Amino acid sequence: MEKMHVKMKVNGKDVDLLTEPRTLLIHALREELGITGPHVGCSSSHCGACTVDMNGMSVKSCTVFAAQANGAEITTIEGLGSPDGLHVLQEMFKEHHGLQCGYCTPGMITRAYRLLQENPNPTEEEVRFGIAGNLCRCTGYQNIVKAILEAAAKMNEMKESA
Amino acid sequence: MVPGAFNYHRPDSVDAVIGLLGEWGDDARVIAGGHSLIPVMKQRLSDISHLIDLGGVESLKGISVEGGTVTIGAMTTQHELISSDALASAAPIIREASLQIADPQVRYLGTIGGNVANGDPANDMPGLMQTLDATYHLAGPNGTRTVAAREFYEAAYFTAREDDEILTAVSFAATSGGYAYEKQKRKIGDYATAAAGVLLTMDGGSCSAASVALTNLSDTPVYCTDAVEILVGSSVDDATIANAVKAAVAASDPVADTRGPVDFKKYVAGVIVRKAIESAKARA
Repeated sequence: MEKMHVKMKVNGKDVDLLTEPRTLLIHALREELGITGPHVGCSSSHCGACTVDMNGMSVKSCTVFAAQANGAEITTIEGLGSPDGLHVLQEMFKEHHGLQCGYCTPGMITRAYRLLQENPNPTEEEVRFGIAGNLCRCTGYQNIVKAILEAAAKMNEMKESA
Repeated sequence: MVPGAFNYHRPDSVDAVIGLLGEWGDDARVIAGGHSLIPVMKQRLSDISHLIDLGGVESLKGISVEGGTVTIGAMTTQHELISSDALASAAPIIREASLQIADPQVRYLGTIGGNVANGDPANDMPGLMQTLDATYHLAGPNGTRTVAAREFYEAAYFTAREDDEILTAVSFAATSGGYAYEKQKRKIGDYATAAAGVLLTMDGGSCSAASVALTNLSDTPVYCTDAVEILVGSSVDDATIANAVKAAVAASDPVADTRGPVDFKKYVAGVIVRKAIESAKARA
């Protein structure tokens, strides 16, 4: 089967991949672009560890072909913050102990980012419903929910003072 | 898990899709949101050499409400169904059902067309379309045709759609009166153990119109004719509801699987149908 060009904007940078149509977006990101924040968990669209932002939507990149993402804007955890400039969500996950092993965290935070873009003032119930596609087997979710609610409050404060 | 190799096509019109299907025949499949098809491809349960992505066909997207008729393009996502104010007022049962499908990530990509056309009895939209008495719009090499949703499903994954056709849209009359879509599932992201969609119109204390349909309780979605006959003309009192629930459960034909044995599923079906009728009545 012929390889095809897939052009995407990943974390603000234009990329042009020559890849097989069957390449899944998660593998294109991790193996061809070296962007290893999004993780492979279940590889069956249940766990959400591979969640990335695609054209303003949270998607499970294990269930999207890179070919389908041709022309898309992709944001991964690497595009949200950096080690010397953490995103507010990352700060709050750290402060509220919203992770233990950390495997689900990039997907969880990338999903929470889009949730707060769509609903900047979520209730606890809305946060729980909004992250229902992301599994965490360590925390029991309490601290994740706390971190997201705190991040929402902080992001709203920053908006007001801006 | 990586699927077998295939050629990828992204046509920009329905005609081009039909042309590709004609050219590649059984070797081709169309892909909408992909959340049923890609897992099957990954497990290599399906041999597809030509994948035709419908994502580039703009005419398959969008929601319109005109003259009391709601038309939804096949590639409209569940997220778009949930976000549509027009739909929330023309047929609020769509939003109620869509919010119970899968999880947020899946709803951003999962489409109404894929959900109804796949023929999976576990999907929610086929049952909902029975409740709404929807019409399916198909396009193929010989032009377009329509099929009633209640005539569309033959068996699990077998539908009235021919292999060289695609489903382009669904349409139905805007609803008034009470509505409810109730679903019992083991966890978020699971298919229904039992689900039911109900529409109920009350007129001066008497039920003037009703619709009841079931999801994942047979190898096709089930429209419950007997339950509807029991409800219409009644005051929808407790005794009538009990009879309607009994009739709906009698129309179900579930199989035992990881969600439970047949008796349990029928029990849950009864609970869910009762909840749906009571909730629809409270909103009527």
